[in-house]
Amino acid sequence: MPRHKLIASESDGKDNEFSLYYVEVEENSQGGQEKQTTRDGKRRRERNGEVSRRRASEKRTTEVDNKRAKKKHEKRHKTARKEGEKHEKRQRRKNADEEEAEEESNKDKKNIKNERTKTLKRDDEKEKDVKKKRKKHVKNEEDSANFEKTKQKDCHDMPLKEKKKKRKKPETTSESESKSESESESDSAPESKDNQAVGVLGSLTPEELEKLKEAVDERKKLIATMRGKPWPMKKKLVVLRSSCVLQRQETLLIISFLYYSNCQKWMKFQRDFENFKTACIPWEMKIKEIESHFGSSVASYFIFLRWMYGINMILFGLTFGLVMVPEALMGKPYGSIPRKTVPREEEASAMNFAVLWDFGGYAKYSVLFYGYYNSQRAIGWLKFRLPLSYFLVGVGTVAYSYMVVIRTMARNANEEGGGDDTSFNFSWKTFTSWDYLIGNPETADNKFASITTSFKEAIVEEQESRKDDNIHLTRFLRVLANFLVLCCLAGSGYLIYFVVRRSQKFALLGLESYGWWERNEVNMVMSLLGMFCPMLFDVISTLENYHPRVALQWQLGRIFALFLGNLYTFIIALMDAIQLKRAEEEIVKKNMTIWQANLYNGTVPDNSTAPPTTVHPADIPRGPCWETMVGQEFVRLIISDTMTTYITLIIGDFLRAVLVRFLNNCWCWDLEYGFPSYSEFDVSGNVLGLIFNQGMIWMGAFYAPCLPALNLLRLHVSMYLQCWAVMCCNVPQERVFKASGSNNFYMAMLLVILFLSTLPAIYTIVSIPPSFDCGPFSGKTRMFDVIQETLESDFPAWFGKVFSYASNPGLVLPFLLLLVLAIYYLQSTSKTYKRVNMELKKKLQTQNEENKKKNKLAALKAANELEQARKAGETRSSSSQHTQNSEPPVSSTHTTTRPPASRGHTSSGHLPGHPQQPQKNSHSNRR
Amino acid sequence: QRNKTINFITKQNINIFFSFLTFFLHCSLHGRYHELAPHLVPMDYTNDPDVKIPLALIVNMPELKENPFRNRIVESFSEDGQGNLSFNDFVDMFSVLSEMAPRELKAIFAFKIYDFNVDNYICKEDLEKTLNKLTKEELTPEEVNLVCEKAIEEADLDGDNKLSFADFENMISRAPDFLR
Repeated sequence: MPRHKLIASESDGKDNEFSLYYVEVEENSQGGQEKQTTRDGKRRRERNGEVSRRRASEKRTTEVDNKRAKKKHEKRHKTARKEGEKHEKRQRRKNADEEEAEEESNKDKKNIKNERTKTLKRDDEKEKDVKKKRKKHVKNEEDSANFEKTKQKDCHDMPLKEKKKKRKKPETTSESESKSESESESDSAPESKDNQAVGVLGSLTPEELEKLKEAVDERKKLIATMRGKPWPMKKKLVVLRSSCVLQRQETLLIISFLYYSNCQKWMKFQRDFENFKTACIPWEMKIKEIESHFGSSVASYFIFLRWMYGINMILFGLTFGLVMVPEALMGKPYGSIPRKTVPREEEASAMNFAVLWDFGGYAKYSVLFYGYYNSQRAIGWLKFRLPLSYFLVGVGTVAYSYMVVIRTMARNANEEGGGDDTSFNFSWKTFTSWDYLIGNPETADNKFASITTSFKEAIVEEQESRKDDNIHLTRFLRVLANFLVLCCLAGSGYLIYFVVRRSQKFALLGLESYGWWERNEVNMVMSLLGMFCPMLFDVISTLENYHPRVALQWQLGRIFALFLGNLYTFIIALMDAIQLKRAEEEIVKKNMTIWQANLYNGTVPDNSTAPPTTVHPADIPRGPCWETMVGQEFVRLIISDTMTTYITLIIGDFLRAVLVRFLNNCWCWDLEYGFPSYSEFDVSGNVLGLIFNQGMIWMGAFYAPCLPALNLLRLHVSMYLQCWAVMCCNVPQERVFKASGSNNFYMAMLLVILFLSTLPAIYTIVSIPPSFDCGPFSGKTRMFDVIQETLESDFPAWFGKVFSYASNPGLVLPFLLLLVLAIYYLQSTSKTYKRVNMELKKKLQTQNEENKKKNKLAALKAANELEQARKAGETRSSSSQHTQNSEPPVSSTHTTTRPPASRGHTSSGHLPGHPQQPQKNSHSNRR
Repeated sequence: QRNKTINFITKQNINIFFSFLTFFLHCSLHGRYHELAPHLVPMDYTNDPDVKIPLALIVNMPELKENPFRNRIVESFSEDGQGNLSFNDFVDMFSVLSEMAPRELKAIFAFKIYDFNVDNYICKEDLEKTLNKLTKEELTPEEVNLVCEKAIEEADLDGDNKLSFADFENMISRAPDFLR
């Protein structure tokens, strides 16, 4: 403490010296200045308006001349002060710690303001003596703390001060004199009134400016670091006030201030922008809310749903913008050709709702389906190549889907590979999970729920990693479970196969002779399997005792395998239907020629000039158009699927919840916690439903361009409906577990489905010839002939030649080989990278653990030493004296722990550096 | 020369403007302080009255109302440890809780906030209290126990089964989203 005091007094002396020094300068320069000021006093008064306002009371009493003189001196001592400040700064740089000490000593000054006002009053009284008054003003401008110091300072400080002043006076005064000379010169010039202020600035040489800047920087640093110091506001205020004088004077400081405030604004803007960005993500708030109540596994489903929605948006944009709209706007209108007209026999029922609901009638003969499109090569004034566009969009949607899925998978793998440091998982969750910006009670509730859920998730993980009971038993159980599941799958597969074969037999014999069950056997068996097998799997999976996340993946995989059977039957049925339609088509083709011959035969003899086109397009016989049939099947499937999903949701979840809730009051047992209870959200079933639905879209989009639009609608509705259903009638799972946000497993399944669904689509496109009288490719032997046609007629000849060369097997095969090589190379490099990564991670982990161990060992050692020292001290103290024994522990404990810096005045906690602290530590250690 | 003049004058104006701005900022904070307890706090601070607002009033501010640690926050910023805040403490609290405050400072005060039984260590009881406040006591005692043990095991570097400030700072400085 004494040292602090000494420093404080020194620095105070320094500051006082400056204040006195200013006065000196004023006195020196006073004489010469008074004459010049008479002319331009007025303007200067305007410039110094701030100063003059502050002294309005004085002005009223004093003479005009005095006033002007005073102002002149104000100006003068400003320049002089600048000089002084530079000195101050130089000294500051030398002893920064001294300054801190000074600030600490300044802490106890409370009523600075009072002092100031008092002096101002006194000023008014001592109006007559100008010199004295001026001195006071100078003091007012000075740091008020220093002012008080001067008052308090006793006489023994004075000699030293005066000595210092004398030492420094010569050089500084000479400097100021030279400046005053330059200023008076500029003053004498007629236009220099305004420039005088500039002269003050302008007279600074570059070096001086540099110094000034440095000083300002230093101030800035002090202020900036002050923010980081755990001082109470009182102390900060004192320090700030001392720097305030500087701030008011230095125009340069303003720049820093501007910069600082700009920073603040920028930060605020950034935060707002982030908020805006999250507000722009659709359904983000809903998903977060669900996540907070139901855990990340349920949220992962909704995130997946949203991702799917985005993909479908793109698919819809492609098909709608490049296929449907051009045909609707620029193609031939409805009723112009047979394929665009409802046939005569269907006309009566074409507008019935039942027919439309089944996508027959007018819906069938519209842009929604393949058959409506004309094979005209270019349509409209844009010469839009519609068949080409149709083909390219069909290929493009599939290619885009592949690209997106694979890219997302790769990115997710990247994220997983990066891995988060989980060494402080629980502590971070405990200490950093609360968001201090929350002010809304609802948000706060959500946050509480989400924190609880996240803790539960983490606890489940932890318990899982701790669990290592009988490995052999679990292994056996798992093998058994897989065996059972395989049996189930094989059984259901055989059942499906059997049923499909039977139904084919029925179809050959004609369906009319059979009852309802025989006709709907396949569908019923499929839906029954889909209902009961997942439950069976669920029961079996309890045997395995997996972590819930792994269990979910197994469950997903098993149900996926089951659903593949569904897909398989559907595709088989469809292929059969296509074969039937094509046979029908052959017959129609033959009949067509007969019909045409009849038409000619009937018309030619009467009127040879009349064209045969007088027949209304609705009456012309036409083929069955298998493509439209396929599209219709898919659309119907999607619609029925959507309906069943919604209905099961409303009955299974909502009605159940309502019944449980309201019958609970008048029931024999507790319904809410007993048998029916509320339903849990079925993640696996919903995810698989979504994936298979998407597979249907990919398969059918080529034959029904409206499918992406329908799917978009469905996803949109189910987003809202399911969000609502989850929040209102589901309960969280018993074991909430953490699903990886990237859900690569879903993506992998999606990729498989995408592949499986593109196979039949590609097969039909490549190997089955298109219908002869409907669709954009009618009249061609294969659908992809449209490419060749375009190449031949729309591109220059050399391009076709190049293309034919490029498609030469001699070139294609080496290219494929190259591709395979590149893939192999990239894969092997990525493997090595992964391995290196893993090794590095392992190294880091072991190092961390070692460090921890080392620290713990050191701490233990220190504790042991402490103990020994204490014992030794005790024995010594028992022999001689017993006051010193707590000394050794103090030093050692104090070095090992580094508690927070003190706030200075807090009395409640025993703070570090506080005399109480070491004793406390030693006590606890002794215990 | 003329440019310089204009520059100088505008700078001065800006200076005045910003001094007003800071004044208003201060005013608005004091306004907040005043409206918490209009009968206690004078608007005029020239003769530095010794005014303190009790914890119950501070805690009802919208900024703190939903915070599970509100009582601890106010207590740890008060001079007497009982939660009575003078205006300086109040400004102090806001400056630390503001987003401009550096992480180190926040770490210091976070440590104080989580140190319920002001003994300069975060021990198991402190952790249990923190957890129960964070989850509204929805975890079972065994779960709380597990989490506390894990947290201490993770962050404790010197093996004394409680977290000193060094441990705490080491842990918190690596947290990806600490008090953002």
